[in-house]
Amino acid sequence: MIDLTVNQARRELDLPGDTPLLWALRDRLGLTGTKFGCGIGSCGACIVHLDGDPVNACMTSLSAAAGKSVTTIEGLNDDIALALRSAWISEQVPQCGYCQPGQIMAAAALLARHPRPTDAQITAAMDRVLCRCGTYNRVRRAIHRAASPTLEAT
Amino acid sequence: MARRLRLDRRAFLLGTAAGGGLLLGLHLPLETRAEATPGAGPRPGHKTPFAPNAWIRIEPDGDIAFIVARSEMGQGVMTALPMLLAEELDLGLDQIRVRFAPVAPAYANRLLGRQATGGSTSVRDAWTKLRAAGALTRRLLVQAAAARWGVEADACSVHRGEVIHPGGDRRLGYGELAGAAARMPPPVSVSLKAPEAWTLIGTPAPRLDAPDKVTGRARFGIDVRLTDMVVASIERCPVPGGKVQSFDAAAAEAIPGVKRVLAVAAGVAVVAADTHAALAGRRALRVQWDLGPHAETSSAGIRAQFERRFADSGVSVRREGDPDAAWSAAARTLEAVYEVPFQAHACMEPMNCTADVRADGCDIYVPTQAQSRCQHTAMAITGLSAQQVRVHTTFLGGGFGRRGEQDFVRDAVSLSKALGRPVQVIWTREDDIRHDFYRPAGLHRLRGGLDLDGMPVLWKHHIVCPSILARVRPAAVADGIDRTAVEGAVNLPYSIANIALACSLEHTPVPVGFWRAVGSSQNTWVTECFLDELAAAGGQDPLALRRGLLADAPRHLGVLNLAAERAGWDTPSGAGRHRGIAVAASYGSYVAQVAEVSVSAGQVRVHRVVCAVDCGLVVNPDIVIAQMESCIAFGLTATLKSAITVSQGRVQQGNFDDFPLLRMSDMPEISVHILPSNAAPGGVGEPGLPPIAPAVCNAVLAATGTPVRSLPIRLEAAPPQRPAPQADRS
Ligand code: FES
Ligand code: FES
Repeated sequence: MIDLTVNQARRELDLPGDTPLLWALRDRLGLTGTKFGCGIGSCGACIVHLDGDPVNACMTSLSAAAGKSVTTIEGLNDDIALALRSAWISEQVPQCGYCQPGQIMAAAALLARHPRPTDAQITAAMDRVLCRCGTYNRVRRAIHRAASPTLEAT
Repeated sequence: MARRLRLDRRAFLLGTAAGGGLLLGLHLPLETRAEATPGAGPRPGHKTPFAPNAWIRIEPDGDIAFIVARSEMGQGVMTALPMLLAEELDLGLDQIRVRFAPVAPAYANRLLGRQATGGSTSVRDAWTKLRAAGALTRRLLVQAAAARWGVEADACSVHRGEVIHPGGDRRLGYGELAGAAARMPPPVSVSLKAPEAWTLIGTPAPRLDAPDKVTGRARFGIDVRLTDMVVASIERCPVPGGKVQSFDAAAAEAIPGVKRVLAVAAGVAVVAADTHAALAGRRALRVQWDLGPHAETSSAGIRAQFERRFADSGVSVRREGDPDAAWSAAARTLEAVYEVPFQAHACMEPMNCTADVRADGCDIYVPTQAQSRCQHTAMAITGLSAQQVRVHTTFLGGGFGRRGEQDFVRDAVSLSKALGRPVQVIWTREDDIRHDFYRPAGLHRLRGGLDLDGMPVLWKHHIVCPSILARVRPAAVADGIDRTAVEGAVNLPYSIANIALACSLEHTPVPVGFWRAVGSSQNTWVTECFLDELAAAGGQDPLALRRGLLADAPRHLGVLNLAAERAGWDTPSGAGRHRGIAVAASYGSYVAQVAEVSVSAGQVRVHRVVCAVDCGLVVNPDIVIAQMESCIAFGLTATLKSAITVSQGRVQQGNFDDFPLLRMSDMPEISVHILPSNAAPGGVGEPGLPPIAPAVCNAVLAATGTPVRSLPIRLEAAPPQRPAPQADRS
């Protein structure tokens, strides 16, 4: 039995400790917003926050998440998340949309650390998330937009 | 001017009797299993809607649903197609819901001959059809209101879902009119709005799928969850054409959660309670393969095979002037061999399909570009009728041509049939990269001739590549020409007196399929790069030479000039920066791009791309811009980063570590400029792709003085393996 907190709720999971967090979320908890893209930590489609840090859920074992707090795209609802979502809509970022939960999770972690990121900081934080549809420039613009002074004021 | 359109009763009016006709597909009496795919199945507890055609359902309670019969894979059909309906109905996009269509004859794509999404056809197919459907519906609603008020229909107006009384003081909502409108006699013709009256078409209306895609709510195929569903993953033979000899399932079956291990047509399936167990089971599985006849296939061998075809002259595809005489007479000649590798699609959502086969029916939940084919696949496997096979299209996590294939559908339907329960088949990324239908590899020999002024007088192009249509539509290659193999080359737009294009289709064991922009994606690279070689040899500016040769191609010229102007072609580029330009027409649209690159230590960096597009009348300019950006990024991966190679019959790449995709740090700044046009709409999902590779390579030529003749660009590695391709006889 592994104990963890997922999107503020305590969960007990009867799964082997080496189960990747990705599959525990998607198949056991029904949180399908976190995506499978590569399974080797190379695409970022599966990014969730583990105690606030962006991690690839496909490379994070359930035992490594034990006792910690996991936030998925479904549970990302703070001010940063609201600002990001509205910026994402304003910039019309998503195309197929499959990579977008990972993009937004990575962007939220970035803004939590750097409320006004530079282009270089954005690239450094976002380079881990692949988008085959090529939404990168809009992702960048949306992050800048979400980081505008109005966000800091709230 | 408003345009009057006669209506084809069969196409538009069958559904007039509410709930009947075309909408039958939405109301099959079979029960589906509990599932959470939005848009599947009728809304419970509602009265019969007003359904004047296959695309519009207006409920008496005012709920309005538009049915989208094309697959949303990022290209924006879920927004652009409803815009056509909403325009004629005077509805805001905020007033409607969108549902994806089942399979039905009414939903066939007339440009593809079946219900499918591809070839950048969605708007071109729908342009008149959906506006007429909207206009017809508006007419019936107005007639119903006019009858109720006892006024002339033509004196009424409509606005945001209401019919307005001629006096302006009374209004009736579409929902209130639904019942009466369903009983109105259908008109024989309808008027389409004049372009000046459009309020939605031509505006950057926000995408309807965006809200669900930023919250994680959007459901892709991989997210389908059915009651009693199991998950399966299939080990496939690493060599195409190989078969299972034997397998040892003991270790796989010992994994907790694994339920069955069984041989299937595609290989050996591990069926489990969840994905993790299925994948763990696969890792534990031991399979002995009979590798079949292709275990020695290699990229080098395929290249040699292609090269041998240069010995014969190929099938002539286009011939103008006297190319042979021109070769002897030219003041200067140039010869080059260009080479493209196989390319994988690498959709971000790995292939998957969920099927629920029962004795009396079959439901398929699938991210597909080809609904008709899915239905036929399932009918062939299950023996069920078309009425009994329902296809539920989810969002697609990328398509690019890959999701028109049926392999993943076959996997799921045959497994569900064998197991008698719903099965979701999941491919790993490695399955996806190693078992794709690749963009064909090819070898191209180009011969050009210049006159004394350095102007091209001869263009000879011999294409050697495998045929896609030989597999998917054999009848289409009866004359030895596959039009997809020569598109982008056969329509060379330049006025050159002597032109010869030949093609030799050469089969290889590597499966090939449609990849974004298909033949144009590579042929344009070859032709636009070779043109720059001729320009360099003749001492001409690449833009000036193109202008000179495009006098009879005004739309090419239009985008070429716009891109050049916006890129500042005539001004010096920054220090260390070099520009390249390319132009191409594909799928009814014209695109020119200028790429600005720098080359240092053998590394090419693309800093900026300026893109000009003429795609005729624009439905949604922001979606056009997004598609140009998308095509550029997609094309840059093939230009700069990745290739599929084969050794001992096996694809050597398997994941994003060895098949890297463009990342944010590689992404150039992009500006897109739309050339205003009143021409009929062209495609936008693919036409932005063909010019990017040549624009970049031409910039590299400008930077280094050496042409790039194989992709992806590898500046140091390329020369040794090529046997003196340049035979410059000047
Ligand atoms: S699925 Fe986890 S990084 Fe790709
Ligand atoms: S939006 Fe399609 S992969 Fe990013």
